[in-house]
Amino acid sequence: MNGIEAEALWLSLSVAARSVVFNLPFAILIAWLLTRARFAGRTLFDAFVHLPLVLPPVVVGYLLLVLFGVRGPIGGWLYETFGIRLAFTSTGAALATAIMSFPLVVRAIRISLENVDRGLEDAARTLGAGPFDRFFSITLPLILPGVLAGAVTAFAAGLGEFGAVITFASNIPGETRTLPLALYTAIQSPDGDALAMRLALISLSLGLAGLLASEFLARSLRRRLGR
Amino acid sequence: MLLVDVGKRRGDFDLRARFSAPTPGITALFGRSGCGKSTLISLIAGLLAPDSGRVMIGDDVLVDCDRHLYVDARHRRIGVVFQDSRLFPHLDVQANLSYGAKRVPRGTPELMRFDEVLALLGLEKLLGRRPHELSGGEKQRVALGRALLSQPRLLLLDEPLASLDMARREEVLPYLERLRDNFSLPIVYVSHQFDEVLRLATRVVLLDAGHVVAEGDIATVSRDPRLRAIVGPESVGAVVAGSVERVDSGGLATLRVGDAELTVEVDAQVGQRLQIQVLARDVIVAIEPPRGLSVRNVVPARVVSVTADSGRAVLVELDIGRTTTLLARITERASTELALGTDKQVWALIKAVSLRGHAFNVPSA
Repeated sequence: MNGIEAEALWLSLSVAARSVVFNLPFAILIAWLLTRARFAGRTLFDAFVHLPLVLPPVVVGYLLLVLFGVRGPIGGWLYETFGIRLAFTSTGAALATAIMSFPLVVRAIRISLENVDRGLEDAARTLGAGPFDRFFSITLPLILPGVLAGAVTAFAAGLGEFGAVITFASNIPGETRTLPLALYTAIQSPDGDALAMRLALISLSLGLAGLLASEFLARSLRRRLGR
Repeated sequence: MLLVDVGKRRGDFDLRARFSAPTPGITALFGRSGCGKSTLISLIAGLLAPDSGRVMIGDDVLVDCDRHLYVDARHRRIGVVFQDSRLFPHLDVQANLSYGAKRVPRGTPELMRFDEVLALLGLEKLLGRRPHELSGGEKQRVALGRALLSQPRLLLLDEPLASLDMARREEVLPYLERLRDNFSLPIVYVSHQFDEVLRLATRVVLLDAGHVVAEGDIATVSRDPRLRAIVGPESVGAVVAGSVERVDSGGLATLRVGDAELTVEVDAQVGQRLQIQVLARDVIVAIEPPRGLSVRNVVPARVVSVTADSGRAVLVELDIGRTTTLLARITERASTELALGTDKQVWALIKAVSLRGHAFNVPSA
């Protein structure tokens, strides 16, 4: 592995990891709202959360550019107030990746939440636990397998995010050129065949490792809960 | 003293119940499945809000719909044991037990100490286990301990034995008796099994289709025709209680009931209070004192009434003195042949081995 692969691999791992960190708290909150709360427009909200699954990634990247670009309403405010620039940075790449994998994480957490026996929360209530206490002492530990499965899936998917990243964060070596972008660049250059093949193999092994890790993790958690 | 007077509508089901549970001892909420028992428990525990009415413990108002007052379940200090135990699967027994204990508000008197509850319920050896490693009976004991350690002022047991087979019930029942006899904690016990009620409770609230149809001490309710409708003619029988006067060398206990003495085959000690159900189908009525029979109990009695029962049977109520009565279920033909009628002097014959007795260590309030 020479400099280009190592750099792309490291960048991919970093972007994917940061995207998961962005993702989790919001995904848990949204999944909780979608399973437990009753409010007007819930179905529309549900559809909105799932949009990145069906939209072309380039559309997500473009919308991010419009909103979070230096001249966009949110991006402009961030830049002027805190000096934070998202477009064309690795943090921006992580944001784009997070939004693309968001529905996957919400879905995984939501399925676990629906399987939580509400009777356990009632029991905790009769034992003196308030709503937040119940969530952190009962609900969250019980949905942990789902949260971790969602996180691992999002991480694995995040390693390969292409369209949204290249549109919003561009293809800057060492900053936003992740594995798939490096692979794309290698294919475009006349003598990049060998490099492209090596990058493809790295992606393949990463994906496989991620899926296996997720399965083992879920198994050991289920054992711990006695199921 | 728990006071409940609530109304709740759920779809077609209309619950309208009013009853009280005095301290201490066990009050049984008895009725068929689907009569509203569990809904009532949720209303008392605060897991469900009534549409109307009040719930009070002593002078403490937990719900008052007229005054828009509602105390959340977590502030009620009511311990609940559910039918399905609801132990937290991600915590071991020790952590399950201390879950409520850790959340007891400051300044609450500690009536239930940890080691005391462990000893009472025999939980010492289970502390390190996880809920899925426990038998059904052990789960219910842990659930009971968890509820007790939250220092409740009232304990609600919602069919705690319903999901256990007969052998497993014996893993829990003796502990419930100890709890009843050793602590002055008011307990509401929901059941649709009359033998459990007979064994544990001194007071019964009879529920039918969401309404309280009878309420009182178990002896009175056992003679109520509305109980008959629920348990069926085969299980009808007067409940009588008395203290054990002597135990003979053969292990037969004798107790005074009304003006009569009854001999029962039961493990009991002198002075203990025994609660016995005399099943109506096990009582034979004679118009002369019989001789040469194996039957242990021959009790002089006076006929109070003869009423038609299901099929070709009649139900005879027999006064055995001091306002205590027995019920006898006999054929209509036998009743006619013996010319049974009000005030006729008869003898009631009851085999000692047919009596099911249950010992209580404290006299009922």
